[in-house]
Amino acid sequence: MLLLKQTMMRLTDVFRDVFDDDSLNITPNTTADDIEDWDSIEHITLIGAVEEEFGMKFRMGEVSGMNNVGDMLKIVMERGK
Amino acid sequence: MTELDYPFDSGYIMKKKKSLKRRLEQECPPPVMTKRIAVLGGSTTADIVRVLELFLRNFGIAAEFYECDFNRFRQEALFPSQELKDFAPEIVWLHTCIRNLSFRPDPAMSPQEIYDGADDETAGFVQMWESLKENFGCTILQNNFELPSARLMGNSSGSDPRGLVNYVGRLNLRLAEEINARSGVFLCDINYLSAVCGLDEWSDPQYWYLYKYSLNTRFIPDLCYEAAKVIKAVCGRNKKVLALDLDNTLWGGIVGDDGVENLCIGQETAEAMAFYQWQAYVKSLKKIGVLLTVCSKNEEENALAGLEHPEGVLRPDDFTLIKANWDPKSENLINTAKELDLLPDSIVLADDNPAEREIVKSVGLTAPDIGSVGDYIRVIDRAGFFETVSLSEDDLKRTEMYAENVRRNKAKAKFADYGEYLKSLEMTAEIAPFKPVYIERLAQLAGKSNQFNLTTRRLTDDDMTMRMNSDGYITLYGKLTDKFGDNGVVSEVIGRIEDKTLDIELWLMSCRVLKRSMENAMLDELVKHAEKAGITELVGHYYPTAKNKMVAQFYGELGFEKISADDDGNTVWRLALADYAGSKNEAIKVISEG
Repeated sequence: MLLLKQTMMRLTDVFRDVFDDDSLNITPNTTADDIEDWDSIEHITLIGAVEEEFGMKFRMGEVSGMNNVGDMLKIVMERGK
Repeated sequence: MTELDYPFDSGYIMKKKKSLKRRLEQECPPPVMTKRIAVLGGSTTADIVRVLELFLRNFGIAAEFYECDFNRFRQEALFPSQELKDFAPEIVWLHTCIRNLSFRPDPAMSPQEIYDGADDETAGFVQMWESLKENFGCTILQNNFELPSARLMGNSSGSDPRGLVNYVGRLNLRLAEEINARSGVFLCDINYLSAVCGLDEWSDPQYWYLYKYSLNTRFIPDLCYEAAKVIKAVCGRNKKVLALDLDNTLWGGIVGDDGVENLCIGQETAEAMAFYQWQAYVKSLKKIGVLLTVCSKNEEENALAGLEHPEGVLRPDDFTLIKANWDPKSENLINTAKELDLLPDSIVLADDNPAEREIVKSVGLTAPDIGSVGDYIRVIDRAGFFETVSLSEDDLKRTEMYAENVRRNKAKAKFADYGEYLKSLEMTAEIAPFKPVYIERLAQLAGKSNQFNLTTRRLTDDDMTMRMNSDGYITLYGKLTDKFGDNGVVSEVIGRIEDKTLDIELWLMSCRVLKRSMENAMLDELVKHAEKAGITELVGHYYPTAKNKMVAQFYGELGFEKISADDDGNTVWRLALADYAGSKNEAIKVISEG
């Protein structure tokens, strides 16, 4: 199980890379509505980038079932490397 | 931009699409052309278009895109929408996959039904191309089909006409025939590419179920690079010349030091076979019209001797031009371009040495990271510098044509600031009296260095140890590190103390650090140590051999005066320490000890 703080930092870096915004900050409550560029296309890029960063894969149900960053964080902490 | 040059990191490109796009505009020269490209897909194309844009821009092509609605490629091609008509594409990419087949074989069908099915499917594509040509007069890029990930009949699926593997093979051949029979229609070979990437990963169905992508999204850059290679070739952006380094690029070893007979090429060892195969591949590039040249830091006679190696494949007359000298490679490549009447950006340099690649890239030329010898063929081949979209009579005769031009045109170019390049290498030298830990290496260097070696004395381990421990000698080794890594011990000097004179009996340096001002750094340290020992003058000797011509004037260049010469060409040189003005080394930071 990964540690919360480090995981959140790595996740933040991935978001910053994908949305090309070094000042971007996320919290477990962040949703797609909070980030202007986070549309369905960017969501696919984000999922791929998170999978690569943490050396894991989301299950199909998870990809469509995540409601906010907190949901993603929980899965990554459980199964990420 | 290196991140978009083959070999690239697909994951990085997917993640950093946005910043790469921004940086391309900021860092790359302006595009040389604009193209309107319609991507008509049987699956999602959103990210495909965005990544293709990056690769094309990196090839100097600014692209505008049109994407059709999901899976409407047939309708758009046969009955173009008003939007597509307004867009007026110059290039159309029919991005289709096995999921878009309109006919599939079935074990209940007869072979004839299945052959007819393949013909009908092919005819459907031909119809689309003809409609597009008629409407837009455009160039067409057509995917073939990847193999299925499941095989209902197992291995027989490949041999039985009713099997899908067999069918896809048949269909791809039929499509290839139709493409080949037309001008302006080109293949995007995803059948090959999916095998390269790994079919299971490529066809992971999750990406279809979730997003309707025909492939695993991590391979989108691989797919787009494949398409971009064909598009840039059609647009005339191919490279024309492959310039080749020699030592450790075309053969293993250093011809000037090791001698032709000791070069690694042929059939005897694994490495020798790898160099042989690579030479054979390079030679075959001539058949598609690529010009070969040599760009090597070598004496020309050594370069030619290496190219006459009996086990080698390439011969001197395979090369349109041979630049074997000690000038910077960027300068040589610019001269090569001038003499061939080409732009410098039509040349690719294959060179094993990252420092050489760096200087060449710093002036805007192409020099890919070719890895180690087992990778050379793949990197040069897959990078697609010479992607063939048509093969004319001219291509087959090009080498001869240019050889004539060269005879006519002997231009000369001059490269600007070498000092700045040296500084950019961030070099640090450790120069100090011999230490036991280096004795073996020092003896090895003395045993095999031929070119940069003033006296060619083959001192052994014991000779080295004796001089290290004696008060009658000053010894120095030099170790050089640059931003690409540690070059190890590359130079050594030994002087025998005779009263107030230091007689330099050995001075040598490895050729891999030639023209780095390491020799100046060594002299500075030698002078310091000599002064400390109460020496007032240095005496140097040059004994000519078949291989050390390059250092005949070495002492003169360092500011020594010639005091004698005999009939055999042996020369003696002298430097009064009171006259020594100090360093010509500005680029190397020296750490001295002792």
